[in-house]
Amino acid sequence: MDPVIDNLDLYWSGFLRSLSIIGWSLVGSLLLGTLIAAFRVSPVASLRAFGSGWVTVVRNCPLTIVLFFMAFGLPELGVNASFYLFGVAGLIIYTSAFVCEAIRSGINSVSAGQAEAARAIGLPFTLTLTQVVLPQALRATVPPLGSVQIAMFKNSAVVGAFGVGGDLYSVGRNLTSAQGFSYIPVLTGVAIGYLVITLAAGALLAVIERKVAIAR
Amino acid sequence: MSQTSVLYDAPGPRAVRRARIGTALAILAFLGLAALVVLRLADRGQFDAELWNPWVNPSDDSFSAVWGLVGRGLVATLVAATLAIVLALVVGVLLGVARMMLGNRLRVPVVLWIELFRGLPVVITIVFVWRAMVELGIDVGPLPGDPALWYLVIGLTLYNSVIIAEILRAGVLSLPRGQREAALAVGLTNGQTMRTILLPQAFRVMLPALISQLVVVLKDTSLVAVIGLGYLELLRRGNQISQNLDNPIQSLLIVALIYIVINYSLSKLAEYVERRLGQASGSSAGNGLDAGTAGSQAA
Amino acid sequence: MRFTRTKAIVAATGLALSLAACGGDDGSEPEVVTDAEFEAGTTMAELAEAGSMTVGTKFDQPGFGLLGLEDTPEGFDVEVAKIIAGAMGIAPEDIEWKQATSDIREQVIEDGEVDMVVATYTINEERAQRITFAGPYYEAGQQLMVNADNDSINGPEDIADNPDMKVCSVTGSTPSEQIREYLASDDQLVLFDIYDKCKDALGNGQVDIVTTDNVILLGYVDGSDGEFKLVGEQFTEEPYGIGIEKGDVEFCEFINETLADNEDAYVAAWEATAGEVEGTETPELPEPAPCV
Repeated sequence: MDPVIDNLDLYWSGFLRSLSIIGWSLVGSLLLGTLIAAFRVSPVASLRAFGSGWVTVVRNCPLTIVLFFMAFGLPELGVNASFYLFGVAGLIIYTSAFVCEAIRSGINSVSAGQAEAARAIGLPFTLTLTQVVLPQALRATVPPLGSVQIAMFKNSAVVGAFGVGGDLYSVGRNLTSAQGFSYIPVLTGVAIGYLVITLAAGALLAVIERKVAIAR
Repeated sequence: MSQTSVLYDAPGPRAVRRARIGTALAILAFLGLAALVVLRLADRGQFDAELWNPWVNPSDDSFSAVWGLVGRGLVATLVAATLAIVLALVVGVLLGVARMMLGNRLRVPVVLWIELFRGLPVVITIVFVWRAMVELGIDVGPLPGDPALWYLVIGLTLYNSVIIAEILRAGVLSLPRGQREAALAVGLTNGQTMRTILLPQAFRVMLPALISQLVVVLKDTSLVAVIGLGYLELLRRGNQISQNLDNPIQSLLIVALIYIVINYSLSKLAEYVERRLGQASGSSAGNGLDAGTAGSQAA
Repeated sequence: MRFTRTKAIVAATGLALSLAACGGDDGSEPEVVTDAEFEAGTTMAELAEAGSMTVGTKFDQPGFGLLGLEDTPEGFDVEVAKIIAGAMGIAPEDIEWKQATSDIREQVIEDGEVDMVVATYTINEERAQRITFAGPYYEAGQQLMVNADNDSINGPEDIADNPDMKVCSVTGSTPSEQIREYLASDDQLVLFDIYDKCKDALGNGQVDIVTTDNVILLGYVDGSDGEFKLVGEQFTEEPYGIGIEKGDVEFCEFINETLADNEDAYVAAWEATAGEVEGTETPELPEPAPCV
C-alpha cells in the first residue's frame, strides 16, 4: 500500500476534485432533469416531443460518447470552455434523462384525484404542477432519484478521461502510468475513495427514504 | 401518459390557440438552433464529402472496410454484453438467493460483497479485474476467445450480478406475503418455497428490469475505450476508423446512432414485455417498476 | 559480439525515396530467414521453435503504429518488429499484434503478455528498472506544436509566461512528465489517451500547444494544410528502445545485432512509414546501448 500512503495528498486532492464534479452534476442534473420532465408532461406538443426525444437519445447513448461530443463536438460549434466544464455538462446531460424518467414516474404515481382537485379549485397547469403534484411526486421519487444520483457519482470516474484530469481515477492512472506503480495498491486506494462516497451517499439516502416513508 | 392530461383542463379555444402559438414558437426556436449548428459545422468543414463519403458513399474506397469494421465491432459489443448479462444472471440469482436464505451470520460476507461491487464505479471494477488478474498471473487462456474479452466480461459480471441480486430480492419482497406462508403451510421446505413458489413469480416481475439492465451492460462495454483495454468493440472501432480517416465527429455520430437504435429497441422490448406481463397477471404494477428501471438504468 | 556495420548515407535521398514508397509496401517486407539456429534455452530459440511471437505496439500512433482499416497495424515500429521477427524465421503474418498503450507497456512485458514491445518507447532509467531495453533504434526529441497564427510560443520557456494557454499530451507518456517543469501550474496540462485527440483539440481551440516527440508532431503538421507549425528546438532526447523481459541480455544483444545487420531494411521501413512525412530525415541506426 506504499504508493497510496506516500501519495495521500494526491489522493486527497483527487477526492476533492471528484466531489466537486459530483456536487455540480448533482445540482445541475436535478434542475435539468426536472425541466425535461416538465417538458414531457406539458400541454405544448413540441416541448413534449423535445422532452421524449432528449430522453430517448441521451438514455440510449453510452456516457463515453456523450462526453466525447461535449469535449470535441461543442468546440466545433464555436463553444470553447474548460474541459472541466464540458465534463460536468456531459455528466449533467446524461444524468438528466434518468432524473426526468424518475420524476415522470413519480408524477404518474400521484393519484389523479390530487390533480383533479387542484384544477377544481381553479389552479392553472403551472401551479397544479409546482404546488400540488411535484411536491408529492418528489417524495415518491426519492428512492429512484437517489439511485440515479449514486449511479452518477460512480459515472463521474469516466469524466477524467476527457481532458478533465485531477479526479480520483485520473490520480490513480497517473500513479500507475507515469510513475510506474503497480496497479493493485494504487487502484485499491482509488476504489476506497469511491466507496467512501457511494456508501456514505447510500446511507444518507436510506435515512432520507425512511423520513419520507414516515411522512407518507 | 394517460394521466398527464389530468394535470391541465381539456383546452378551450383560447388555450388551444395558446398551445399552438407555444408549439410554433418552440419549433421556431429549435429550428433556429439547428440552423445555427448546421451553419457552424458547415463553416468548420464538417460536411465535407471526404469526411462523410467513407460512411455514406458505397463507391468510396474505404466504404466496405469501414462498415466491415463497424460490423465486427458491433458483434464484439453484442458478444461481450450477452456473455456478461448471462453470467450476471446466473451469479446474481445465486447471490440473491444466498442473501435471502442464509442465516444472519453467514449472510454477512454476501451482503459485504454486494455492497462492495454495487458501490464501485464499473470502470474501476473492469480495470481492477484486468490488471489484478494479469499481475497475479490468473490465466484466462483456457477460456475461448480474446483474453481482453474475458477481463471485460468478468468486470461487467461482478458489477451487474450484484445489481441483479438486488433486483431479484426486490422482486421476491414485492410478492404478497401469503405466497410464502401458504407454501410453508402445505409443508414445503424453505428451499422448495424459494425454488418453486417465490423465484418463478419474482422472475416474471423481474423480466423487464433485466432487459433494461442489458441496455446498461451494452453501454458499459464501451468503457474499454476509456481504459485502454485492447478489446475492439464498437466504440473502439469507431475510434480506429476516425484515426485513419481523420473524421472523428462523423464516425462517432454514426457509432452513437447505432448504440441508440439498438438500445431504444431493447427499451421498447422491455416496455412490451412489461405490458404483456401486466395484462397476464391482471395487475397494474407498472408505476413502481417503472421507477425501478429508471433507477437501475442509470447505474 | 559484432558491432561492425556500414553506415548508409541516405538522408538526402529521403524525400525521393519516400515518394516512391507511396505506391505500396512491396519491397519493404523484411527478410524472413529459414535457417535460424539459436542456443537452446534462449528466448530466440523458444520463439523460433514456436514460429510465432506476440509484439506489443501502439494502435493509435500514425507513422509508428496505427491499426489501419485493413485491421493490421502499420508504421515504423511495426516494420522494425517485423525485421527482428524475420531474423528468427517468423513471418509477418505469424506475429500477433497486441495494443500496448503508454501506461501499460512495462506491465505487459513483466506479465509475459508480449515477447517484446516496440511502441515509441523512450529508454529511461525508471523503466529500465522493470524491463530491459534493446536499441535504441531511433532518436526522437520532444518539441512543441502550435497553431500557425500563434506568435507567443517560441519554445518551452514561453509556456509559463502564458499561463492561460493549455498544453496537451498523453496520459502516462514521457513528454507529459517532462513538460511539467515548464508549466506555470499543473492546470495548464490537459491529458488524453491518444495524441489524435490533442491534435483535434488544438484544431478547435480547446488547447494551445501539443507536445510530444517531433516525428509524431511532424505527421500532424504535414496533414494540417498549414494550420499547425512546430516551434523551438527539440528540448529533450528520446531514444526509442525495444522493451523485453528484464535481464534477457541474450535477446537484447540479438535484437541489436539484427538491426545492425539489416540497415537496408531499416531504412526501407522508415521511408515507407514515418519517413513519408515531409520534413523528416531518414535516420541512421544509433549506436546501441549496452544490454543490461
